[in-house]
Amino acid sequence: MFDVFALGPTGWGDEMLMGAVMTILVSSSSLLLGITIGIVFAACKLSNFFILRAIAEVYTTIIRGIPELLVIYLLFFGGSSAVMYLAKIFGYIGYIELNAFTIGTIAVGAISGAYSTEVIRGAVNSVPKGQFEVGKTLGLSGYSLYGKIIFPQVARIALPGIGNVWQITLKDTALISVTGLVEIMRQSRIAAGSTHEPFIFYTAAIILYLLITRLSNIFFDSAEKKYSKGYVSKEAL
Amino acid sequence: MRLDLMYESFFKIVEGIPLTLQVVSISTILGIFLAVAVALMRISGSKLMSLPAYYFVYLIRGTPLLLQLYFVYYGLSQFEFIRESILWPLLKEPYWCGIITLTISTGAYSSEIIRGGILSVSKSYIEASGALGLSQAKTFVLITLPITVRQALPAYGNELILMVKASSLISIVTLMEITGIARTIISKTYAPVEIFLVAGSIYLAINFIIVIFVNLAERRLGIEKAT
Repeated sequence: MFDVFALGPTGWGDEMLMGAVMTILVSSSSLLLGITIGIVFAACKLSNFFILRAIAEVYTTIIRGIPELLVIYLLFFGGSSAVMYLAKIFGYIGYIELNAFTIGTIAVGAISGAYSTEVIRGAVNSVPKGQFEVGKTLGLSGYSLYGKIIFPQVARIALPGIGNVWQITLKDTALISVTGLVEIMRQSRIAAGSTHEPFIFYTAAIILYLLITRLSNIFFDSAEKKYSKGYVSKEAL
Repeated sequence: MRLDLMYESFFKIVEGIPLTLQVVSISTILGIFLAVAVALMRISGSKLMSLPAYYFVYLIRGTPLLLQLYFVYYGLSQFEFIRESILWPLLKEPYWCGIITLTISTGAYSSEIIRGGILSVSKSYIEASGALGLSQAKTFVLITLPITVRQALPAYGNELILMVKASSLISIVTLMEITGIARTIISKTYAPVEIFLVAGSIYLAINFIIVIFVNLAERRLGIEKAT
């Protein structure tokens, strides 16, 4: 029964593992893109300009109210032409095709960006106002204030929330399989189709996802512990 | 922007709304029963009950819904004994596989919401109810349940929106609900932006109506909004 998972050309073991690697790669790059988007839109939401706040509000409302699959279809069918349209403005006329990895990263990154926005906004709000004031009193501004005083505190508070966003992002990457990117989901579909053993391969996919979830929980827990050094934990209070 | 195309496709996509709502409401209602059962198992105090419930929730929350759908639709039908069982008339239909998967999924997620609600009921209420001579079953129905509903409603509103979004996945197993129709039109007309705007607005409208109803219910039950 387990011959189907043999490594090498006789079985699907190595292909499934490569699928898992692809899932981790596309999830990580989507999370990174999402955090970047999150920082920008959290700044918009916290800004004094009405227009910026409105744009950020529309973005998070749309992403959180529309199925992920629709967002992926939009980018899958429209991504390349949008890039070509932009390239035309800059004077490049030619055919550009985005690969499945790029499209997947942009789509899932845009989705996870909406969730990151809320996490980061909440974290910035929970940094005591005094920290900004003290920093300014000490004559700090720009990078030395935000980079060295505010950011480390935001990062610490946002970490558990980002851990949740990672779980959502990881599961959303399964939807990119519809665009043809060979990650866990797609690979198990291919293997299930060619061996006529869907039960075994979908079970294997479930185990792989649970394994990645377990490992990332351990990673986020230890990161949380590391960055909470010097703080009194809630349980101790 | 091709406005005429948007106008035309709007009437086609609207035809998918009944199926979306049907699947969402059937699986939400079935899911509540599952969720209450799982939540009660988890707080039962007996390991024999709480451990299976814990692993069930862990399994569902740790894997993508699409994979769960494939597992039910393609994975189970592989076996002879399932194809000969009385469940086969249900499991061969993508419609019922979608409903089964969504029910299991929302059951797992909402069980956590309900568990939190039940745990938030103060012990003294239960003791007072016992002192008044109410049986355990009566205490649960008359005291614990109403307070749980009040506690859990705001989080449950979010779960309803997630269910509407999740129902789009059944289009992958050939069901023609909102997303399924939208996808078909996109691949025919190659106008992804226009169709996305139309289908997206329909989803936003549905979710907006849900938010209004949940807010009304919250006000009825006297839940104060956290500000």
